[in-house]
Amino acid sequence: MFAYYFQLGLRSLRRNPALTALMVMAIGFGVAASMTTYSVFRAVSGNPIPDKSARLFTPQVDAWGPQQNLKGGEPAEALSYIDATALMRAHEAKRQTLLYQVLLSAIPTGSRDMPLSLISYAVTSDFFSMFEVPFRYGSGWSAQDDDARAADVVISDALNQKLFGGANSVGRTLDLSGHDYRIVGVASHWNPRPRFYDLFSTDGFDEEPDVYMLFNRAIDLKMRPSGRNSCRGSLSFTTWQGYLQSNCVWITPWVELDSPAEVAGYRRFLTNYAADQQRAGRFNWAPNVRLRDVMQWMDYEKVVPPESRISLAVALGFFLICLVNTIGLLLAKFMRRAGEIGVRRALGATRGEIYTQYLIEAGTVGLAGGLLGLLLTAVGVGGIGLLFRPQIAKLATLDPSLVTLTFAVAIVATVLAAFYPAWRAAHVQPAWQLKSS
Amino acid sequence: MSIQIRPILVALRRHKAGTLLIALQIALTLAIVCNALFIIHQRLANMSQASGVDEADVFVITNRWANSDQTTSQIDAQVRADLLALRQLPAVRDATPGSGYPLKGGGWDNYVMLTPEQVQPTTDAAVYTGDEHFIDTLGLKLVAGRNFRPDEVMVMGTQQAITPPSVIVSKALADRLFPGGHALGKSFYSMGPVPTTIVGIVDTLQRQGVDRYAQSHAGQSLIWPLRADDARGIYYIVRAKPGQLAAAMREAPKALLAQNRMRIIDPKDGVQDYATIHHKVYDNDRGMAILMGIICVVLLAITAAGIVGLTSFWVGQRRKQIGVRRALGARQRDILTYFLTENFLISAAGVALGTVLAIVFNLWTVTRFSMAPISMAYVGVGVLVLLLLGQGAVLAPALRASRVSPVEATRGG
Repeated sequence: MFAYYFQLGLRSLRRNPALTALMVMAIGFGVAASMTTYSVFRAVSGNPIPDKSARLFTPQVDAWGPQQNLKGGEPAEALSYIDATALMRAHEAKRQTLLYQVLLSAIPTGSRDMPLSLISYAVTSDFFSMFEVPFRYGSGWSAQDDDARAADVVISDALNQKLFGGANSVGRTLDLSGHDYRIVGVASHWNPRPRFYDLFSTDGFDEEPDVYMLFNRAIDLKMRPSGRNSCRGSLSFTTWQGYLQSNCVWITPWVELDSPAEVAGYRRFLTNYAADQQRAGRFNWAPNVRLRDVMQWMDYEKVVPPESRISLAVALGFFLICLVNTIGLLLAKFMRRAGEIGVRRALGATRGEIYTQYLIEAGTVGLAGGLLGLLLTAVGVGGIGLLFRPQIAKLATLDPSLVTLTFAVAIVATVLAAFYPAWRAAHVQPAWQLKSS
Repeated sequence: MSIQIRPILVALRRHKAGTLLIALQIALTLAIVCNALFIIHQRLANMSQASGVDEADVFVITNRWANSDQTTSQIDAQVRADLLALRQLPAVRDATPGSGYPLKGGGWDNYVMLTPEQVQPTTDAAVYTGDEHFIDTLGLKLVAGRNFRPDEVMVMGTQQAITPPSVIVSKALADRLFPGGHALGKSFYSMGPVPTTIVGIVDTLQRQGVDRYAQSHAGQSLIWPLRADDARGIYYIVRAKPGQLAAAMREAPKALLAQNRMRIIDPKDGVQDYATIHHKVYDNDRGMAILMGIICVVLLAITAAGIVGLTSFWVGQRRKQIGVRRALGARQRDILTYFLTENFLISAAGVALGTVLAIVFNLWTVTRFSMAPISMAYVGVGVLVLLLLGQGAVLAPALRASRVSPVEATRGG
């Protein structure tokens, strides 16, 4: 029976081509607008490290005080050198890391005559295990190396490809910005997006980093952050030491905490730390600390661009209008055949059968709308570069799950829209129809 | 001729579902369209703000130093040599060193205070650094005071927070700090222990960022006489002679590399003209405007088509009644007026509901994204557009209805 109704539905589509085209277009445009904007939203709002996002936390300590901190009394989004290193020394979490962006360049050797600019991070040893950085060759460095302030680096697969043709370069020496470094590991492609671990300096969608170097080494070399830096009050430092002792924040800390008890413990530790600073006279305000996990941090840092949310909301509104439109048109289409329905009912068709038939017919409209929608979504995703910045636009892809979703949404929405028109069709009075024709 | 509203209302009661659907569609369309128009207007307004820069002739070179261990004096010597080389190029009019440039996106900004004890800032200013060539290079208009003197230009090394004694500010900042036009010669504090005195005022100088925070301090900028000899790198802002932009953009990086090869000028975006910079920084605004534009057009088209579809169906259903009315003496015009009035009543109900929805949607964007509250003019325009759209859409089916022959009354059962 399903196949027969489906055939009837297809035939009926051809009967009022204008009305059908209108419905298919409404569904197609509505689905395509929603799916295109959703493909971006999905890419920017996803969980970049699903298996650990609830166990990774970024501690914040208010070192600026109530008069200078952020809106709503929020502490700064990063730590100053003093507070960052104090948290590291206390070592209250099983794993912990500090990180900031630095600028390095690969100095020309051999056939390469131009220096290469490299996106780099200064990090501590736990960075690689905490964030599950995959390795092609070698590994990260150890906590002992951190203490020894070693000149070790981990490089990206892409850089390894560029400099060493993809060969195992572990153990080789690399001249970066005029200093020799030993390569201890080559990371496989790793660029979680949003880049949850550095939302202070990036908007979450930057290119993959090329080099990870030792935090302590970067400090020794007086490498100023190439990312963001934020200060308060009156500044007058002219030396690196002066900068380190200033209230400028530029270091992002992360800790790994495995249980609610550990989280509570760390929160206590942070409060105590701030209280100690208050007693020592460094802060003259009550402890003001935060401990946010990955998703809370992404939410607080507003990683999803407002453009993405607004365009998704507008597109959904657009889809809703298309559906209201479809309800009206289906009603017109079905009721035009009141006479035919009357005959079928008189010949013994039950209301249920009429109902099913018209829902299936609506389903065929949905299917056609889905096809058009898919086509338009492909166009939309292809042209998304016009609407969003390139880094975000390229995250939107038409993958199998989006294709499936496009069809499912088109068909389900159309069938839902058909409930009322089909119900009206099923309640056509056979006697009245037969009499009037 | 009097328009009979009561019979129309009675008839509508027999088409509750259709009436409701059209009204709902018009309401939702109005809500979306006037918000979309409002967003488009805001974004276009952002994009059309003057930067103050002579955008046709200016370009920016992002120059990074390959070696991070140079001393400040080594860097300074290199920067001076670079600038000399740039200024001597035949296609170049002028060049200045900078720590940033207008419309760069993000960038350095400082709080501004009027007294040294003040903790809460008075306002916020984008900070530019440059030498005595900054104003000429960018093509800014000095409206009061004077340019920097060469001997005023100080060196700022990598880890240094320096407040020079003199500053040139944009008119927007001058007016914000010292309303009444007496800013020249006044001093302020900008995150440093010593004051800085206004020696000049330039007309328009847009900030580096264009985000919402920057928009709330739009046009507030200051220029300090500093050569930013940062170990990481420097921006060279270069102004070509009129009509020689392309030539200057070709020559400049070559001249710099001829000076010293231990630098990185990215082949992709190391040298950018202002058309590119302008285009890039407003990516989000332009994207939103385009998306909202597409949605508006398609939405209005679909709503119009929907009205045509449903009204045609009604006309089809009522051919006999129309025939009866015509047979009883109604003129074609009366039938036409009937359908136009019917549509007007439905549309009016729709736009009434739509106005409420439009404001609710706008309130959501205001609270959620701190966008501006919608101006009622947009709702007014939207209401007008939808009423006209409804009348336009209903015209064809209504004309068809008016041509129904009185003979129809006698056909059928």
